[in-house]
Amino acid sequence: MINKIWVAMLVIGIAFGAVNGRMEEVNEAIFAGAKDAVTICLGLISILVFWLGLMRIAQEGGLLKVLAKLMRPIATRIFPEVPANHPAMGYILSNMTANLFGLGNAATPMGIKAMQQLKELNGGRDSASRSMITLLAINTASITLIPTTVISIRMSYGSVSPTEIVGTTLVATTCSTIGAILIDRYFYFRRVRKGRV
Amino acid sequence: MEWITVISIWFIPVLIAFVLMYGTYKQVPTYETFVEGAKEGFGMAISIIPYLVGMLVAISVFRASGAMDFIIELMKPALQAIGVPSEIVPLAMIRPISGTGALGMTSDLIATYGPDSFIGRLASTMQGSTDTTFYVLTVYFGAVGIKKMGDALKVGLLADIVGIIASILIVTYVFGV
Repeated sequence: MINKIWVAMLVIGIAFGAVNGRMEEVNEAIFAGAKDAVTICLGLISILVFWLGLMRIAQEGGLLKVLAKLMRPIATRIFPEVPANHPAMGYILSNMTANLFGLGNAATPMGIKAMQQLKELNGGRDSASRSMITLLAINTASITLIPTTVISIRMSYGSVSPTEIVGTTLVATTCSTIGAILIDRYFYFRRVRKGRV
Repeated sequence: MEWITVISIWFIPVLIAFVLMYGTYKQVPTYETFVEGAKEGFGMAISIIPYLVGMLVAISVFRASGAMDFIIELMKPALQAIGVPSEIVPLAMIRPISGTGALGMTSDLIATYGPDSFIGRLASTMQGSTDTTFYVLTVYFGAVGIKKMGDALKVGLLADIVGIIASILIVTYVFGV
């Protein structure tokens, strides 16, 4: 599916550019997009290096296990295929905690680390396992307690109450996270019915 | 609501201090362990590059060519019919696709309509309530070399729709139109 979407975006884009006479913009966009991607990844280096270092200390000290133990009742229901005391669980939970506080910077390294562990659990295959899809779904919905970026934008435009959207954001994000978990379940059982698991 | 700003500033430094003190208490060789763990970060960031280049080139071509605007115009009447304000349609459609695009649009809507208007509040809520599905998918799966994504994209996009609908309903309910 991703192959088709990717080709469709590029081919339709180029065709539109041709019809609209925007070939020059399309040309620029190709290299601007590539450059943006590399810039983002270079920016990720500092974040990943720092947080993975810190997380290793948390892991060696046993903090991740403590976190996993605390959250076990919920986590094992959301991720039934991950053994409760597996290191993946600690990373999954730190990823969810970081998201909750709006710490995208910290959430990404932990999420990637969790993905790595889940890949090992899945025998190192290059296809996404059930738990990986669940983790991804939760991250795209990204339950957020404090939307820090939005608050700062509202502040800079002189809002009377920049934080008044915290409540509505929390409700919306909770809905989309619950939605993500339910939709993920639905697709999982559909795969089971079709005998693709 | 000052405390929310305070928490978001204090949280990371306090967390770092806590992890370090806990590690020291558990007699972890903290500095060596930090360096060991940190080494992984570089390779990880580099391994995401090909995935993200492929994805962002496609997205930026799609937007620059006018194809994105065309689809937004096409979808407007249908979305308006189910109660999505027309000003918000472009943001709702771009939110799952491009993080920087959505952030730009949110700032723009807030600047145009004011942060305390209905549109301003709705844009704020929508921006804060979900993450960029394409980006998360590319980075998380790219970093660990997952090529077959299964139902992940479908699940992510459907969850975004749930988030958008929830944002509209809750903002209308709490603040009124």
